[in-house]
Amino acid sequence: MTPAYVVRRIGFYVLICAITLFFAVPMVWIASAPFDKNPGLGVHWPDWTFENVRKTLDHPYALHAIVNSLIICVTVALAVTAFAAFASYALSRVRIPGRDALLYGLLLLSSVVTGTAAMVPIFVMIYQLGLINSRFGVALVMTSGLLPAAIFILKDFVDAVPKSYEESARVFGASTLQILRDVVLPVARPGLATIMVWAFVNSWGNFLVPFLLIRSTTLQPAAVLMQTLTDEGGSVNLQVLPVFSLLFSIPVVVLYLLVNSRYGFRFHGGIKS
Amino acid sequence: MATRTKHPAQDVAGLGTGRALGFLAPAMLLIAAFLVFPAVWTIYIGVTNYRLTGVEAVSPSIVGLANYTRALNDALFHNALWLTMLFVLGSAIIGQNILGFTLAWILRRARPAVRRTVEALTLLAWILPSTVVAYLWIAFFDRDTGTLNSILGTTGTAWLIDYPMVCLVVFNTWRGTAFSMMLYSSALQAVPPSQLESARMVGASGWQTLRDIVFPHIRGHVLTNTLLISLWTANDFSPFLLTKGGPNHESETVPVYIYNVALQGGELGYSSAISFLLLLANLLVSLIYLRLLRRRA
Amino acid sequence: MRSLRLSGALALSATAGLLLTGCLGSSGTGDQDANRNSDAKKVELTIGSNSVKGGKSSAGATFTEDVLIPKFVADQKAKGVDVTVKFQGDGSDDEVYKQKLSLDLSNKSGPDLFQIDGIWVGEFAQAGYIKPLTDTVGDASKVDNWDGWKQIPASVQQLGTFENKRYGVPGGTDGRVLYFNKKLFQQAGLPADWQPKSWDDIISAGQKLKTLSGVTPIQINGGTAMGEATTMQGVLPLLVGTGTTVYAGGKWLGYTPKLRQVLEFYHQIYSTGLGDPVLQREAKGRDKSFAEFAANKIGILLESDYFWRSVVEPKEGVAKMADRDTAVGYALIPAARPGGGVNGQDFVSMSGGGTTVINPNTKFPQQAWELLQFMNSAEMVKESLNGAAKITQRTDVNTEVLASDPMLNFVATKVLPITQYRPGLAEYPKISAALQQATADVVGGKTTEAASIAYQKAVEAAAGSKDKVAGN
Repeated sequence: MTPAYVVRRIGFYVLICAITLFFAVPMVWIASAPFDKNPGLGVHWPDWTFENVRKTLDHPYALHAIVNSLIICVTVALAVTAFAAFASYALSRVRIPGRDALLYGLLLLSSVVTGTAAMVPIFVMIYQLGLINSRFGVALVMTSGLLPAAIFILKDFVDAVPKSYEESARVFGASTLQILRDVVLPVARPGLATIMVWAFVNSWGNFLVPFLLIRSTTLQPAAVLMQTLTDEGGSVNLQVLPVFSLLFSIPVVVLYLLVNSRYGFRFHGGIKS
Repeated sequence: MATRTKHPAQDVAGLGTGRALGFLAPAMLLIAAFLVFPAVWTIYIGVTNYRLTGVEAVSPSIVGLANYTRALNDALFHNALWLTMLFVLGSAIIGQNILGFTLAWILRRARPAVRRTVEALTLLAWILPSTVVAYLWIAFFDRDTGTLNSILGTTGTAWLIDYPMVCLVVFNTWRGTAFSMMLYSSALQAVPPSQLESARMVGASGWQTLRDIVFPHIRGHVLTNTLLISLWTANDFSPFLLTKGGPNHESETVPVYIYNVALQGGELGYSSAISFLLLLANLLVSLIYLRLLRRRA
Repeated sequence: MRSLRLSGALALSATAGLLLTGCLGSSGTGDQDANRNSDAKKVELTIGSNSVKGGKSSAGATFTEDVLIPKFVADQKAKGVDVTVKFQGDGSDDEVYKQKLSLDLSNKSGPDLFQIDGIWVGEFAQAGYIKPLTDTVGDASKVDNWDGWKQIPASVQQLGTFENKRYGVPGGTDGRVLYFNKKLFQQAGLPADWQPKSWDDIISAGQKLKTLSGVTPIQINGGTAMGEATTMQGVLPLLVGTGTTVYAGGKWLGYTPKLRQVLEFYHQIYSTGLGDPVLQREAKGRDKSFAEFAANKIGILLESDYFWRSVVEPKEGVAKMADRDTAVGYALIPAARPGGGVNGQDFVSMSGGGTTVINPNTKFPQQAWELLQFMNSAEMVKESLNGAAKITQRTDVNTEVLASDPMLNFVATKVLPITQYRPGLAEYPKISAALQQATADVVGGKTTEAASIAYQKAVEAAAGSKDKVAGN
């Protein structure tokens, strides 16, 4: 235990503590305000009550909204993961001319087609398809928006799956589909799980698409309701908002914890270049 | 990465071009319908004076490049571009990158409990819905009862008004660091431990080790990460949720400006033109990135 | 492979071109028979509104869903018609709601009846999204003979009127006054029945209030963060106090001495500590001003009767004041100097409100018109208040329900006769934004000269040409 070592350890823990605080402190509000009799913007030890929770559960659309969000975002997460997995595997393993340009082009487009103006054509298309007021229509639009980045990230995962696995499986006479199912899938699973969470999280917060494409209040997802609560005729409903924020956050956290405990939420030698 | 060859695409599973196209088809069809097509349309709207209401909603006319020349002379657009650059530079290229790498580097050898806690908090910041997160930060920065003022004893300081861009940079660093952290964690695992060991043996300092051993190994990761987070940050809409671009346009980044032009002003034509300019800027950044990446190879 | 993609792209852009020309600015609805489906026995109608139960304007949505619709259905059933009425509630920023409606209407879809802000009537009409009631209903006498019109004052009817044609039936309206905190006034030695006669009176009251510690004397909304609240609770009431309006004689207000006078007033308040310039820049500044007023930290505040009914209201308000009735005073907004207001008035105000219109593409125009009359009948308007006092569009209802609330009665009888409405033209939102920007510049420390010059440029761009702007 040289003095230099001790200083380094102390420095290390001070740094860790500072970073932890940086990430934790802004989140304290969501833990305290929902259970406080007089929720405000400040953080203080709550004057405990479950009145806010009761009020939120009594809210005519709060639970609907969460269920709708789940329906939409589970669909999006599954669709993005499945389509991106197939596409990225094909792109990774089969030579397709202009592949990189295509990927980058789409990635760029996906970042620009989110604005208000782009909603004009999207609305018209969904309208022509008869998918207005349908959660499926919303999921379709969101899926398309997330696919390019998902393919981009997943392709690097797949690139990192050693080809020798597939080669040896092939030597032993496995069919292509068997190889995909029994060799590639297990290796790529953490990557797929990560993309699924990413897609879920990104669609979970989307406000504009469902707001414009869905008409019935009972079909609107939580992001739209959240917007309503922060803009209640010019002011905020501070009894329902904190609890609903908490409710709104739980599914993403649970999903993350599940995926994390099962697969480990990380990029296993993923994205490189 | 040792397996990386000049032609990484090798059809080892015997997929065949036909089936490969079949694999690609669902994703590409969706992208074509709901991404490429709206994009083309948006570009078209950009050369018209289309609005959602009023006379121009019924009979929009083609105005050619008028929207683009207007943007070039629009002081508010210049302001937005400049702020976006600051935002990307401060929160993505510097903030998320450095904090993400620092976390990945120091957590490498931390105790599992510490590591898990810090990672979980970082990730929580990344996955919480943006409306919730924005509200958390509005509460955090609040002038009268905000947590920040309570901690610093500076009650009455209106952070979001006096230092809007600094607040946004801090906010976005907080929000997005998790991605860089995860990416660098996995990248660091690819650095051969033997090389790190020998660096220690010859008494290299921490910084020398990073520069000479670690960085050459993760250079590709750094570039990819920087590209992705830069693009995401440049197109990020959450500044709107915190400051609405205010006070007086001081935090109006390009996406916020586009939104304000389109909704408050109703000028879809002009906002589409700016969107397209943003796309070009993104393209430029990507090309620079690709160049850097090639030079590595 | 390459050629395949190329031809794909070509096909795609060709389709795009077709759709583009078809869908951007499609016009010519074709004349539809106004009496279509008029004898249908099974009718479906949808009411659209930017209100939702448990969210934005919850009371309105609750009334529509739980009272109006069931009563209308029962009423129609008695006539042998099987009506289903759906309520399509949204709860978002007005601008986003407007976008959603516009998208729907431009595709010839959307709810059969919907509520819009009175100032959207012009731009919606210009876009062909709504048509004069007489066109939609088909029969002019049927519309004009509705007995409800007699109960709606002409000034209020402006809310649903564009180019002298009725497009919809207005809902309630409002009026703006100066609120003041009587407790603070007493501490500062000011009278409890304060009624300023000029802007100078406001300033001198503010200077007295300034001696109290921890008190912001005056809150007149300024800046861009508050959006339209700056225009309606700030610039426009002041502007009419200088004797002009924002749109007069076919021209928009430019850089004129009167505009300069308004900006000088802002400058006077926010550069001398009479107002809180930081608050004007905060994203949630208006909500905060409410909270501060309720906490006895603001002396004078310009707001509409909404403030009285829904903000400092003792039981349900968003910034409750248990002692509202004794602690909150109200006064007419004075012109800059006596007799200097618009039309030579001593006192001025601005008003706004919503209006309900019929979708020209409804399947059931006659039934929609019936529902529109039904929801604006004295009985329904009274029921919509649900016991609360609020200024409605109908004089008969107002006389009855406002008797118990002196403040709202004050607005209905003293303010509405002298009030002004905004012009419902498509350019208005941009002019309004330019006005907000000018106040933002002044509150932020720029000179009124610089702010006015920038304003003139913005207005010329918004109006499309210099000829449409009054000023130098």
